[in-house]
Amino acid sequence: MKITDSQVLHVAALARLKLDPEEVKRFRAELNSVLEYMDLLSEVDTDGIEPLHHPFPAGNVFRHEGAEPCRGAREALENAPHREGDLFVVPKVIE
Amino acid sequence: MLETARRYRKNGVSPVREVSGFLERITRDTCNAFVAVDRDGALGAAEEAQKLIEGGSEDHLAGVPLAVKDNICVRGIPATCASKILSTFVPACDATVVERLRKRGAVILGKTNLDEFAMGSTTSTGAFGPTLNPWDPTRTPGGSSGGSAAAVASGLCAGALGSDTGGSIRMPASFCGITGLKPTYGAVSRFGLVAFASSLDQIGPMAPSARDAAVLFEAIRGHDPRDSTSATAAHPPLNLDGLDLRGVRIGVPDEFFGEGLDHEVERSVTFGISTLENLGAQVKRISLPMVRYGVAVYYIVATAEASSNLARYDGVRYGKRAQGVGDLLDLYLETRTQGFGDEVKRRIMLGTYVLSAGYREAYYRKASQVRALMARDFERAFGECDLIAGPATPVTAFGLNEMAGDPLSLYLLDIYTIPANLTGLPALCVPCGFGGEGLPIGMQLMAPAFREDLLLGAGISFQDCTRFHRVKP
Amino acid sequence: MKGWDTVIGLEVHAQLLTDTKAFCPCSSRTGSPPNSNTCPVCLGMPGTLPVLNRRMVDFGIRLGLATGCTVAARSVFARKNYFYPDLPKGYQITQHTEPLCSDGYVDVDVEGEPRRVRVLRIHMEEDAGKTTHDAGRPVSFVDCNRAGVPLLEIVSMPDITSPEMAVSYLKELRLILMYLGICDGSMEEGSFRCDANVSVKPAGDPRLGTRTEVKNLNSFRNIHRALEYEAARQAAVLASGGEVVQETRLWNASLGRTEPMRSKEESDDYRYFPEPDLMPVIVDEAWKESARASMPELPAAVRARFMERYGLSPSDTLVLTASPDLARYFEEGAGLLPEAPKDIANWVMTGVLRVLNEGGGSIASFPVSPDMLAGLVSLVRGGKISGHMAKDVFTEMVSSGRTAGAIVEEKGMSQLSDEERLREIAAGVVRAHPGEAGRYRSGKEGLLGFFVGKLMEETGGKANPKLASRIMKELLNL
Repeated sequence: MKITDSQVLHVAALARLKLDPEEVKRFRAELNSVLEYMDLLSEVDTDGIEPLHHPFPAGNVFRHEGAEPCRGAREALENAPHREGDLFVVPKVIE
Repeated sequence: MLETARRYRKNGVSPVREVSGFLERITRDTCNAFVAVDRDGALGAAEEAQKLIEGGSEDHLAGVPLAVKDNICVRGIPATCASKILSTFVPACDATVVERLRKRGAVILGKTNLDEFAMGSTTSTGAFGPTLNPWDPTRTPGGSSGGSAAAVASGLCAGALGSDTGGSIRMPASFCGITGLKPTYGAVSRFGLVAFASSLDQIGPMAPSARDAAVLFEAIRGHDPRDSTSATAAHPPLNLDGLDLRGVRIGVPDEFFGEGLDHEVERSVTFGISTLENLGAQVKRISLPMVRYGVAVYYIVATAEASSNLARYDGVRYGKRAQGVGDLLDLYLETRTQGFGDEVKRRIMLGTYVLSAGYREAYYRKASQVRALMARDFERAFGECDLIAGPATPVTAFGLNEMAGDPLSLYLLDIYTIPANLTGLPALCVPCGFGGEGLPIGMQLMAPAFREDLLLGAGISFQDCTRFHRVKP
Repeated sequence: MKGWDTVIGLEVHAQLLTDTKAFCPCSSRTGSPPNSNTCPVCLGMPGTLPVLNRRMVDFGIRLGLATGCTVAARSVFARKNYFYPDLPKGYQITQHTEPLCSDGYVDVDVEGEPRRVRVLRIHMEEDAGKTTHDAGRPVSFVDCNRAGVPLLEIVSMPDITSPEMAVSYLKELRLILMYLGICDGSMEEGSFRCDANVSVKPAGDPRLGTRTEVKNLNSFRNIHRALEYEAARQAAVLASGGEVVQETRLWNASLGRTEPMRSKEESDDYRYFPEPDLMPVIVDEAWKESARASMPELPAAVRARFMERYGLSPSDTLVLTASPDLARYFEEGAGLLPEAPKDIANWVMTGVLRVLNEGGGSIASFPVSPDMLAGLVSLVRGGKISGHMAKDVFTEMVSSGRTAGAIVEEKGMSQLSDEERLREIAAGVVRAHPGEAGRYRSGKEGLLGFFVGKLMEETGGKANPKLASRIMKELLNL
C-alpha cells in the first residue's frame, strides 16, 4: 500500500475535505492504484536535469504602474454569499 | 462557420434568423450539450451583427453563432464549471477570448457542458448530468469539452471554444468527429479561463472543419497583458488555402502505435497518414521514449497545480456556501465537501499528496524533471520532422458507464494527447475515419511551438481531399 | 542574562509605497472604505491571473543594494498554500527557494558599540487582507483592500544577541527603508511589521537552543519588553530542567508576557511550488546600475556627514535624522545659515519637533519652512530680538505662517539695542531706586538682577538683555 488511511485523512484535512469512512476506503484504493502507477517514473534517470515548470519561460513580464484602471470590482462583490455592507462575513476566526 | 459567413453575404440570410434557428435547434437537443443559453444576448448580438454586415463588413465572424465551454467566463452569465460550488458564480468580466470574439461581431449562444472543473474524459462528472455522444447516445462524447464537441457535431452552433489541459479538446473532437485545436501554450490568453492546471491549460477552437478552426483561432490568439504566460512571439499568418505538403516531413512515433491501441483506430490513422503521404509528405518513424511516462507525469503536475488553483473555492467571497455551519473550519469543510464531486476531490487529494512534505521531491520534482526530458525528446524530433502524426485516442467513444470505478484506466486514455500539454506544443485533431459501429476516429497532428500554421494548413489540405469531417451523426 | 546567551533572528515585513498592488492595478493606499480597492484579481475570482508590478521589483533591488546584498540574476515566485479567510486565493504568492536578494547586512550601534547584523534574504510577496472581529457576535469580517499589497520580507541571521541590539537593528532597517523612499515605516499602521525568533543557550555553548516565534510586536518598546520576557522565560524553563517547546507565541502587552498561540492548522505544510502564472524575474547589471545611480544617501552616510560638516553631537544627529524629511529640513536650514548650524539644530529639535509631537502633522507639511526658520535665527543672532522673544515669534509663525520679519515688524517687537536710548532709560531706573542703588554699591551685587529686571520692564521687555546688563552694571559702578 502506497498510502494509508491516516495519510488519506491527513491529505483531505490539508485540502479542507471531509470524508466518511466508506469514502476513505474507496479513495484510498483509487489513490493507491494511481500512486503505484507513478512508480514508473523511477525508471527514468533524472540526475542533473533541471525541472521544467514553464513550457516556454520568458523573463520579466511586468505591469507598469498607471497603465490601466481596475475593472469589475463592484460586480465582483455582488457574488458574495454573505456580506454586511461591503465586508465579507465568515464564522468567527479564532487566533 | 465560413459557410455561415457566406450565407449571410451571398444568400442574404439574416443573422437574426440564423441565430434564431440555432436557438430553436438547441431547445430540441437531446445530448445535453448546453448548460445555459443566453437567448436575449444572442439575439441582441445577432442584430448588431446584422448592422455590421449590412454596413459592408467582410469579417468572417460577424454574426456567427458560437458556444463557449462553461469554464470560460462570459460576463453576466454564470460560469459554473459544471460544479455545485460555482453554481451561483456570475463573472464580472468577459474572458479575453470572449472579448475578442465579441469585438469581431460573433454571437455567443450559451455555455456548454464539461466535466467538473474540466477534470475528466467523459463530460459526466459535472453537476448537470452527462452529455451524450450525438453519434450514439449510449456513449460518451469524450471530455472534458464534450458539450462543445457535441454541440458542434450536432449543428447546434457553427463553432465552439473548449479548453485542453491533457486532451480535453482533442479527445472529444476525436469521439465526435469534429476538428479541435490545442494551441501552443501561451498562444491564447488564459485570462477568464477558470484555472485547472496553470502550466498546461489552453483555450482552443472546436469546429466542423480545420478551416473554421483556423478562423476561430486567428480571432482569439495573441498576446494579452492580463496573462503573464501569454506569448509575445509573433505568429506566422494562417493560410486558409492549406499547406503544400510536398517535402513536409511527418514523424510517426513508435510509442503512439504500441500496446493498447484499438485496431480500428490504428487502421484509420494509418490511412490518414498515408493520405498525407499521397499529398507529398515524407513519412518517417521516430521514437519519443518519454511518451511512456506522460500519464504519470501529467497526473502529478496537473493535480498539484489543480489542488492549489481550487483552494480559492471556500464560499467566502463567491460561489455556493454551505449553510448552518458552526465555525470557520466547518465552513471550509462543508462548503468544499458538498460543493465538489468525487473526481475533483480525488485530484485535489492526489495533488495535495504529491506536494506535501516528504513527497514533493519524489513526486512533483521528479515529474517536472521527466517533463523536461520529454520536451527534449520533442525538440530532437522536430529537428528531423516538421509534423508529428498519430492517433488522438487509443479507442473510440465508449459506453457512458463503462469506465466507472476505474480512474486509472480512464487516465491512461490520455496517453497520446498529454505530451502536447506537458511540452506546450500545439496539436490538432481531425476526423480520419470511422470504426465498425460508425463511431468517429480522430488523427492527431503536432507541430513545433507557434506553428499552428503548419497544423491547420495540413488539416485543411487533408480535409480538402477527404470527406470524414463532412459526415454528420 | 547571567549564564545565558540570547539568540534572536528577526523577520520584517515592509509594505511598499508603490501606487498599485503587487499583481493587479488596484490602489495600494490605505484608509479606503472596505473592499473598495479590490478587483477580480486580488479577490481571487475564478479565471483571474496575476501580473507583476515592476516597481515592486525595483524597490526590492534598491533595498538589496542598500544592505549590501547579492541581487539574484534570476529569481522566481512560489505559492505558499494555506486556508484563511483573508487569503483570497487560498495561497500567497511569495518567493521560496530563489529570493530576490541574499547575503547582506545592516550595521548598527548598540549603546556605543558597532555591531553587524547579517541579512539572510530579502524577498517579494503579497500581503493578505484584514480580518476584524465583532466582540458580541460569533462572526468575523474580511476586508480585502490590503490583499495583494506588495511587501518585502527581510530575514536576518540569528546574529542579534540582546533586545537592545534587536531594537537598534529594527530602527536602522526602518530608517533605510524610509530613506530609500520605499516604505513609510509606520509600525502603528502596520506598514512596518516584525516577528522574532528567540532562543537561549548556556553562555558560550556553540549549539543553538530550541527557538520560539514571537508575534504581535507593534512598537519598539513592546519589541524590547517581549524579547526580554521571552529570553528570560526560556532561560527559566531550561534552568529548571525543562525543555523549550517550539511554538508560536503572542506578546500580550497588557499582561506583559508571551502566550502560546492557538494553532490554526494541525501542521503548517505549505506545499510550496513555483508559481506557474508568473515568469521569472531577471535582473541584469544595467538594472542594478541604474538603481545604484539613483540611490539616495543612506542614513549612516547622512549621520556621518551631519556630525562632520555641522559639528553636531551623535545624539543630536540621531534626532535630526529620524526621518529623511526631517534631515532634509535641517540641512536646508543649515545651508541657509552656514555659520550657525547648531542654532538651526536646536531650533529644529526644541521648536519644530515639539510642535509636531504635540499637535501631530508631518515635517513635510510644517507651516514654518527651513527658509523661514533661518530667517528667525538670523534675527536672534543679529540682536534684533532676544532668544526669549523669538520663542513667541516662532509660535506666531507656526499658527499664522508668516515670516519672522513680518511678525516682528508688525508687533514692534524689535529688540531695543540702541545704547544711547538704553542708557537714558537705565539712568532713569537708577534714579528711581536710590536705596537699592546704594545697597548695590556697598556690595550687594545680586541686586544687578533687580535693576536689569526694572530696565526690561521699562522697555516693555524689548531691551537687549546682554546690553541691558552691561549698561546697568556700568551705571551702577559709577
